[in-house]
Amino acid sequence: MPSRDVRLSVNGVSYEASVEPRMTLVDMLRHELGLTGTHVGCEHGVCGACTVLMDGRAVRTCIMLAVQADGAELMTVEGLAKDGELHPIQQAFMEERGLQCGFCTPGFMMSIHELLKATPDPTEEEVKDALGGAICRCTGYEAILKSVRSAAKKMRP
Amino acid sequence: MKPAPFDYYAPASVAETVALLQQHGNEAKLLAGGQSLVPLLNMRLARPGVVVDINRVEELKYIRADGDSLAIGAMTNQRSAEQSELVRERNPLLYAAIRLIGHPQIRNRGTIGGSIAHADPAAELPALVVVLDAEMRIAGPHGERTVAARDFFVTYLTTALAEGELLTEVRFPSLPAGAGWSIQEMTRRHGDFALAGAIATLTLSGDTISEARIALFGVGATPVRLPDAEARLAGARLEQALLAEVGRAVSTSIDEPLTDIHATAEYRRNLAGVLTERALIEAAARAA
Repeated sequence: MPSRDVRLSVNGVSYEASVEPRMTLVDMLRHELGLTGTHVGCEHGVCGACTVLMDGRAVRTCIMLAVQADGAELMTVEGLAKDGELHPIQQAFMEERGLQCGFCTPGFMMSIHELLKATPDPTEEEVKDALGGAICRCTGYEAILKSVRSAAKKMRP
Repeated sequence: MKPAPFDYYAPASVAETVALLQQHGNEAKLLAGGQSLVPLLNMRLARPGVVVDINRVEELKYIRADGDSLAIGAMTNQRSAEQSELVRERNPLLYAAIRLIGHPQIRNRGTIGGSIAHADPAAELPALVVVLDAEMRIAGPHGERTVAARDFFVTYLTTALAEGELLTEVRFPSLPAGAGWSIQEMTRRHGDFALAGAIATLTLSGDTISEARIALFGVGATPVRLPDAEARLAGARLEQALLAEVGRAVSTSIDEPLTDIHATAEYRRNLAGVLTERALIEAAARAA
């Protein structure tokens, strides 16, 4: 199968890779670009661990082909902290114990990022709606909801 | 790598897409939002030789008011439709149905046309187009044609689309003036495919029902309209007892619902009646 060139930006850095059309976007991020912060859970679009922002929208990278992201601007969990300082979402997760094993956390954080950018002061229902597509098997949902409330507070001007 | 190898094309127009579909025949599979197809590719349940990705066909991304209808390009993603003022104003039932599809992350990629062309009988949009008598616009090697929603769904995951054709636009008629509406579904978890669901619209003239429409999803190989129940309601006085009676009749009239790991056929049959009654009650409450 002939490979195709994919050019995209991740967290403001331009990348280029030659990939088979059947490669999923998450495999390209992890294996071709070495960005292993985005995790692979179920690999069929159910668990949400692989969620990143593509052109500002939260998408599941295990059910997208890498070639489909040609020309796109991505943001992954690696793009949250700046100059060694945690992003308010990360800070809130740490303080409110929003994670235990941390496997699902990158996906949660990217979905929360999309939510809080559009809705700085979300209702409980809006938070649950935004996070309904992410699964945490350490059953930390209560702590995650607390983390979102805390992050929203930190991020509001 | 999870999917089996395939040749990949990303055409930029409908004409180019039709040419590619013609060239590759039944080897080719259209890739819309990919929220159903890519999982199938990952599990190798689908192994197409050629994938024709239509995400770059910009001419299929629009939401337009057209007379009494809402014309939505097939490649409009569900999130854009959900966030469209036009959709909320013109067709609150469409808005409510979209909100039940998966999760925001799914709706960011999933498309209006993709969900309908995929024709999963447990999905919301196929039942919605059937209850609204929407029209499907199709492009193919012999030009364009229009198919009524009730003729579009043939059986499980199978539509009236012929080889070489693609769905280009869905035209959603507005609800009749003053009509109440409701969509009800039962899912094991928020965002899951429904075990069963019901959509109803209801128009009142005083205490009398002038028109009722009901469609069910998740109870057969395609979404189904319920002409007998609709006929029983039309012209009748609106009473709780009548809506309950119709619900019971619907339960016994469902042919062969599926038994799977999520629910038995008997449970789905019962659910169809209960959800029909709930949908009628809510639609009646919303009717002006």
